[in-house]
Amino acid sequence: MAQQAESAELKAPKGLRGIVADWSSDETAFKVSWSKAMMWIFLLSDTFVFGSFLIGYMSVRMSTSEPWPNTAEVFALSLGGDPIPLLLIAIMTFILISSSGTMAIAVNYAYQGNKKMVFILMMLTCLFGLSFVGMQMFEWSKLLLDEGLRPWGFIPGSHFEGDAAQFGSIFFMVTGFHGLHVSIGVIYLAIVAFRARQGRYEKKGNYQIVEIAGLYWHFVDLVWVFIFAFFYLW
Amino acid sequence: MAKAEHVEAEQHHDDHDDHHEPQGIWQKYIFSQDHKIIAIQYTLTAIFVGLIGLGLSGVMRLQLGFPGDFGITDAFYFQAITMHGMIMVVYLLTALLLGGFGNYLIPLMLGARDMAFPYLNMLSYWFYFVSVVVLLASFFVPGGPTGAGWTLYPPQSILPNTPGADGLGIVLMIGSLAIFIVAATMGGLNYVVTVLQLRAKGMTLMRMPLSIWGIFTASILALLAFPALFVGAVMMMFDNLLGTSFFMPAIVDAAGNLVSASPDKPAYSGGSPLLFQHLFWYFGHPEVYIVALPAFGVISDVLATHARKTIFGYHMMVWAILAIGVISFVVWAHHMFVSGMNPYFGFFFASTTLVIAIPTAIKVYNWIFTLWRGNIRLNTPMLWCIGFISTFLIGGLTGLWLGNVIVDIPLSDTYFVIAHFHLVMGVSAVFAIFAGLYHWFPKVTGRHLNKIMSRTHFWVTFVGVYVVFLPMHYLGFEGMPRRYPSYGEDFNFPASATDLNAFITIAAIIMGIVQFVFIFNMAWSAFKGKKAEGNPWESTTLEWQTPDTPPVHGNWGPSLPVVHRWAYDYSVPGANKDYLTQDTAPSATAPRSDRHLDDHGTHNNGHED
Repeated sequence: MAQQAESAELKAPKGLRGIVADWSSDETAFKVSWSKAMMWIFLLSDTFVFGSFLIGYMSVRMSTSEPWPNTAEVFALSLGGDPIPLLLIAIMTFILISSSGTMAIAVNYAYQGNKKMVFILMMLTCLFGLSFVGMQMFEWSKLLLDEGLRPWGFIPGSHFEGDAAQFGSIFFMVTGFHGLHVSIGVIYLAIVAFRARQGRYEKKGNYQIVEIAGLYWHFVDLVWVFIFAFFYLW
Repeated sequence: MAKAEHVEAEQHHDDHDDHHEPQGIWQKYIFSQDHKIIAIQYTLTAIFVGLIGLGLSGVMRLQLGFPGDFGITDAFYFQAITMHGMIMVVYLLTALLLGGFGNYLIPLMLGARDMAFPYLNMLSYWFYFVSVVVLLASFFVPGGPTGAGWTLYPPQSILPNTPGADGLGIVLMIGSLAIFIVAATMGGLNYVVTVLQLRAKGMTLMRMPLSIWGIFTASILALLAFPALFVGAVMMMFDNLLGTSFFMPAIVDAAGNLVSASPDKPAYSGGSPLLFQHLFWYFGHPEVYIVALPAFGVISDVLATHARKTIFGYHMMVWAILAIGVISFVVWAHHMFVSGMNPYFGFFFASTTLVIAIPTAIKVYNWIFTLWRGNIRLNTPMLWCIGFISTFLIGGLTGLWLGNVIVDIPLSDTYFVIAHFHLVMGVSAVFAIFAGLYHWFPKVTGRHLNKIMSRTHFWVTFVGVYVVFLPMHYLGFEGMPRRYPSYGEDFNFPASATDLNAFITIAAIIMGIVQFVFIFNMAWSAFKGKKAEGNPWESTTLEWQTPDTPPVHGNWGPSLPVVHRWAYDYSVPGANKDYLTQDTAPSATAPRSDRHLDDHGTHNNGHED
């Protein structure tokens, strides 16, 4: 190692060639573990999946020949008789973003080697995630049962202006795909949390898997911010 | 530095933790986690499914050459063109080049013991296997496979009168694609991480053989392009099964009724068929380069080895691969010039299409300059390389034509387009695969292929592709459209066009039969061929320097190789032999020229002591 650093100092080329030499460095390109590198690259790929979904949504919404329903009305939650737009979604968003916070603290404890706190905070994150999925199921059932929204469009006689068939399909597809990501994340985090409690990572002297799981979780949260903006605010 | 050391220690831990020599046939040969076995599994499965694709092309040619004489129904013809296209592009070329060559070459050429994630690698193969089974299952369901054409354009692919749309054909096709995408993602993550993180000491990126550069860049393209196809497949699945209208506008059937997915669903309305075209080609064009870039890499390495010359312009070759990779994401709509797009978009996509020809031309020139005054050894892999350059050049030039909107529109959907993409993407990629298979066969099996059979296979195939595809250019100019099972009286073709079709069919059948010479040659030589020594082609790259041939589990014996030079030290002045392997230490050789030190030895000379 020292020898490598020395020779790099002596012979590192300057300018553009230096940039190339840095990137094409010996043995490893990124000074991180294999698993972390893989997670980053996977998330890049997954970004393209969600990107395609969202761009598909925008394209469909702009090209459909039927009028789009008023989202403020469809997504309102009645509380004490008055419909309040976006109330449920605001709570869901708040919960999911809070879960990113607990996850970040769990990563911090992981690097301190505090397996008890890692377990508690990761399970708390799972709990937030589960309540998010639960509220999403509540939202879906409300739309399906009360509002008459179906994946192939509104059933006849719905009370909303605008009945583009694509509204239901794209909504259920994208939120469903995101909900699937959250559910997988909950299972993933729970496995890591229990393994941490078992002391498996302590024995290895390496808690990095917690950070890698955290990367995935933060990504899922970040995607939600975009879905929130494009589905509920537009 | 301390952190880097920590990482390194941990990786070595990872490396040895899960790696012990597997025992028993199931673990060793079936559910193997060894990259070499997985590569062979991928290759054999891809060749098997490719033979089915070849058979389907025979069905098409029989119908076109002798319409009606062989009892081929129109529906079966449409199913044959669809399955032929999808099988060849995705399940043969992509799987063989990334899954087969990628798996075999990445760890061996980079001096690693295996892939970064062997278990994921095994899963990748088995997902691929399941996707092939699902795809082939569609031949056996009521209604048969989908006949929508390999691009699966809606509304055609969803409308009930299309073959396979009433039964499970289209559902199995898109389901199979979705499973394939999962397999390709798992494989791609593995290839990218392995190239970035698992190289031997001294193997900087700029010393990697070009095969690895091609496979690496293609893997990145796969990770970024397949998502769009995945999304399109999910949407189309919902349009089929749930009755959503992502891609389906309101549409009436021949009886004048609005079409719906099933009687209990409302009619389709308001969807955008164009959205599918965008999603498909946003995947589909990079897909061309997912196939082409590994082929470019393989050709570069095989060419340099058998021409006994340094590859001409190594750095430019690398930059050209990367440039092609980037630009390939902004050319997709040149497949859609007739979709009624805004002329300014047409202008943009025509321009990017012509721009991508520049790095591609750099590569072709560099291959030719590599041959220039080389000490060419006309071994069978070299013949395939030279064949590749010629088919790629001719197919590429017609690509320049078709990239222009004004030329493309009249030629769109004619046999000119068929001839273009078969030469540039089909035949060229297959030639590169043959070059690679003939080149690495002695390393994989420890035996040589039979020379007479190899030469027969090459010459008949090489002449055959021109006899088959050159006349198709002419037929395209005559206006012969693709995807027609027969042309009847309505098309006013000269009689020569009909004769030409029969001629092409006979040539294609002969060429198809000769491929079985190759299959037999592989099977026979793997057991009975002349024994090969470790480095029969006198190649510089690491995979030829393994202690055992074929390489055993762990590849390198007790210690990993250390790399001291780039991959193309052929015909080195003053050296004992006419080549220096990548792991030859400098002290063992005559001094090299300073230029090589500058270009390829920077930053890492510390290892050379």
